[in-house]
Amino acid sequence: MSTTTTKTEVTLADLTRMLRESAGEEEGVDLDGDVRDTPFIDLGYDSLALLQVIGQIQREYGIAIPDDAVVDAETPGALLDLVNSGQASPA
Amino acid sequence: MTATPTAPAVRPAAATVPGARTTAVVTGLGIAAPNGLGTEDYWRATLAGESGLGRVTRFDPSQYPSTVGGEVPGYVAEEHIPSRLMPQTDHMTRLALTAADWAVADAGIVPGDLPEYGMGVVTAASGGAVEFGQRELQNLWSQGKEYVSAYQSFAWFYAVNTGQISIRHKMRGPSGVLLTEQAGGVDSIGHARRHVRKGVPMVVTGGVDAALCPWGWVPQIASGLMSTVSDPSRAYLPFSAEASGYVPGEGGAILIVEDAESARERGAEHVYGTVAGYAAGLDPAPGSGRPPALRRAAENALADAGLTPSDVDVVFADAAGTPELDRAEAKALEELFGARGVPVTAPKSMTGRLLAGGAALDAATALLALRDGVIPPTAGVAEADPGHRIDLVTGAREADLRTALVLARGHGGFNAALVLRRAH
Amino acid sequence: MVRRVVITGLGVVAPGGVGVKEYWELLTAGRTATRTISFYDASPFRSRVAAECDFDPAAAGLSPQEIRRLDRAAQFAVVSTREALADSGLDVSALDPSRIGTSLGSAVGCTTSLEREYVVVSDGGRKWNVDHEYAVPELYRHFVPSSMAAEVGQEAGAEGPAAVVSTGCTSGLDSLGHAVELIREGTCDVMIAGATEAPISPITSACFDAIHATTPRNDTPESACRPFDRTRSGLVLGEGAAILVLEELESARRRGAHIYAEIAGFAARCNAYHMTGLKPDGREMAEAIDAALDEARLNPTAIDYINAHGSGTKMNDRHETGAFKRSLGDHAYATPVSSIKSMIGHSLGAIGSLEIAACALAMEHGVLPPTANLHEPDPELDLDYIPLTARERKTDTVLSVGSGFGGFQSAMLLARPERSAR
Repeated sequence: MSTTTTKTEVTLADLTRMLRESAGEEEGVDLDGDVRDTPFIDLGYDSLALLQVIGQIQREYGIAIPDDAVVDAETPGALLDLVNSGQASPA
Repeated sequence: MTATPTAPAVRPAAATVPGARTTAVVTGLGIAAPNGLGTEDYWRATLAGESGLGRVTRFDPSQYPSTVGGEVPGYVAEEHIPSRLMPQTDHMTRLALTAADWAVADAGIVPGDLPEYGMGVVTAASGGAVEFGQRELQNLWSQGKEYVSAYQSFAWFYAVNTGQISIRHKMRGPSGVLLTEQAGGVDSIGHARRHVRKGVPMVVTGGVDAALCPWGWVPQIASGLMSTVSDPSRAYLPFSAEASGYVPGEGGAILIVEDAESARERGAEHVYGTVAGYAAGLDPAPGSGRPPALRRAAENALADAGLTPSDVDVVFADAAGTPELDRAEAKALEELFGARGVPVTAPKSMTGRLLAGGAALDAATALLALRDGVIPPTAGVAEADPGHRIDLVTGAREADLRTALVLARGHGGFNAALVLRRAH
Repeated sequence: MVRRVVITGLGVVAPGGVGVKEYWELLTAGRTATRTISFYDASPFRSRVAAECDFDPAAAGLSPQEIRRLDRAAQFAVVSTREALADSGLDVSALDPSRIGTSLGSAVGCTTSLEREYVVVSDGGRKWNVDHEYAVPELYRHFVPSSMAAEVGQEAGAEGPAAVVSTGCTSGLDSLGHAVELIREGTCDVMIAGATEAPISPITSACFDAIHATTPRNDTPESACRPFDRTRSGLVLGEGAAILVLEELESARRRGAHIYAEIAGFAARCNAYHMTGLKPDGREMAEAIDAALDEARLNPTAIDYINAHGSGTKMNDRHETGAFKRSLGDHAYATPVSSIKSMIGHSLGAIGSLEIAACALAMEHGVLPPTANLHEPDPELDLDYIPLTARERKTDTVLSVGSGFGGFQSAMLLARPERSAR
């Protein structure tokens, strides 16, 4: 539905911003630290939080992310790799 | 059809069956109301006759025939609700979680005090988390399904407050959600007592509601029962000759209902009172010629408590605020207690009608009145319409209060009555 | 003296047919009623399958004013109430109306009507300040689904306690459990109890899409819901209602009522874990089953059939299989289990009552409904899930379970009232 087709790469800072907006921030977790390889579950994010943030990435960046991402991408780094690798197709 | 004997699989009768003799007491309160956030703020304002009604600010009400509401003042959600819960909760659920936190703390319950299956949650709901729901409906219809929140699947629905409270406090016992519109607060407390009588040590109950958004406002306009008076001090005057309908508000109360013995064993700090009687009934179909069920509910609640009308020291009325409904309630009161036979009050005149939260707040208010020996007033009403032969309390009145009757009615024909007694 | 509660009347509106007879024919034939959504253009959605009722309100006996006044879910409930009362043979006019109560389950209330009216008052989602001048007079009735319990109660001439019980997808079990309590405690002698739901609407599609709960298997809608199958991929929405007439056993016997079964035990628990997630060990569901067995004073070995929640998700299949093993021990392996959601979809708050109606009919007819579409059993699930074909089997004690958003876990036991004196 979105008409945005920006090709800008999504950065870790973009992702943590969107995580905060979409799903809040777990107490005792420092999202500004080096969380690239920290499992989402350890950051306090469940599958609903991931679905919510994936939805936000899709809307903001105008891309379609495959259904499996929520299961396969266990860390912010893995999700960013998937989003930026071109596996995500323009919506 | 003959049954195959299954006797070997049938167990012997239990030695003891928890029963109706169990006393259910209220040991904790949490209140969020338009005229006060927190129990003591609310109670002080209520005794002083301070109304929380005003022109609605949460949305621009200019285009609507009704513009007055009761908004909870000074509530900053971020101060009470963890960040992770913010995107997945409506204002209603945040208020409910906060009130539940306060009630649990007020009861002095700390994790580990009670077995996790010995703690249940029963709340009332009316129209769900409407503001959250409106936002997602708008996202869907104006932008498309990709814009609908992953949290919509549960954030708006009627069971959300019970679910979120149970998760937050790790309460895994029997839980539920009852919908009887504005009678729900009383029904949830009655149901909590049912669980306590069946052997559950503690149940978090009551109701907190909030529908102050356009999609919560317009259906209420369509009901034809809302006041269209724009002066907040004149808009909701139950039992007065100027009664013109009701004003909606947000908030409510969460109560901790406990088995008296269990409360004593864990050293509960205080007991506000006992849930002595409860009953409910449905009005017959319109046009049947049969009487409404309010009086019978009150009689049955008193019988359930082993009391008679003469034992009642104060009535917290449903106070619908429309002439016809006020007349029906006044008539039931006169039939029960005689003309002006008992003090009747409607502190909800200061908060508006809080949907599923209203009757729960009335019950909490009645317990505070029993505690302090003072009847809070019906604000803004100088005197009852002389046609209603009731003793309407229009200024705070000190009295030796042992027993309070709380009446509640829900749109469509629901009636519920609760008898609360002072602890000692 | 413990008051016991029996089922003496059934009324059903379900995908595949209106009325108990058609419902039972569908279930025992192992036929599925899931299909491509026809109520609206579902093409934007990830999941485009549902089990819709072919329900003509006028043909089902509703008057023009009832059709205007009532949401689709309330229409289902009223039609089912009429069938249940007729089936029970109860002469309501001879009873004290204040001793008849109403308990109606629903998870999402009058969603269909609310969304339809929202679109109008918001002008297609354009206005935040929605327009009251376009509001229909029934809007408040739709806004508070408690109105449906009042409709059912007034239809039945019931003036005892009435309520909608709304605990997500366990509503249909919990509403019956609530009704049982009201009879046992002596408040009521008769309960009109059950549940209704008509959730098939764009907002429901959107919110289940957003959490990938519904199946994307759109190519084969008739076999889209595959509980316990290796290829399962999510739930399929359904709709419908089941209303039961519940009576105190002795008074039912005195009037010579036909008794389907006794509701012998019920319990509800919360997992206090997650609003939508389930733990694979099924501990809280097992706790509910154990408590229901305690209440019925039955041992797990008495159970001859389990009507599973079986929603068609991997998480659920593991969760409840874990719960059955926890509660029944080795007896779980000897107990047939099936999910009728494979045929009629998941009607959210209504399904629990539809499943109890199916259990009562299974006991009545000595036939267990199958799990349709179960061609490739999940190797990690090792119970007997009654694949594809109904099975003749006389049952005396039947368990039905449910799980709901909010963490609700409920269990109900039906048994033959003759089984033994308490």
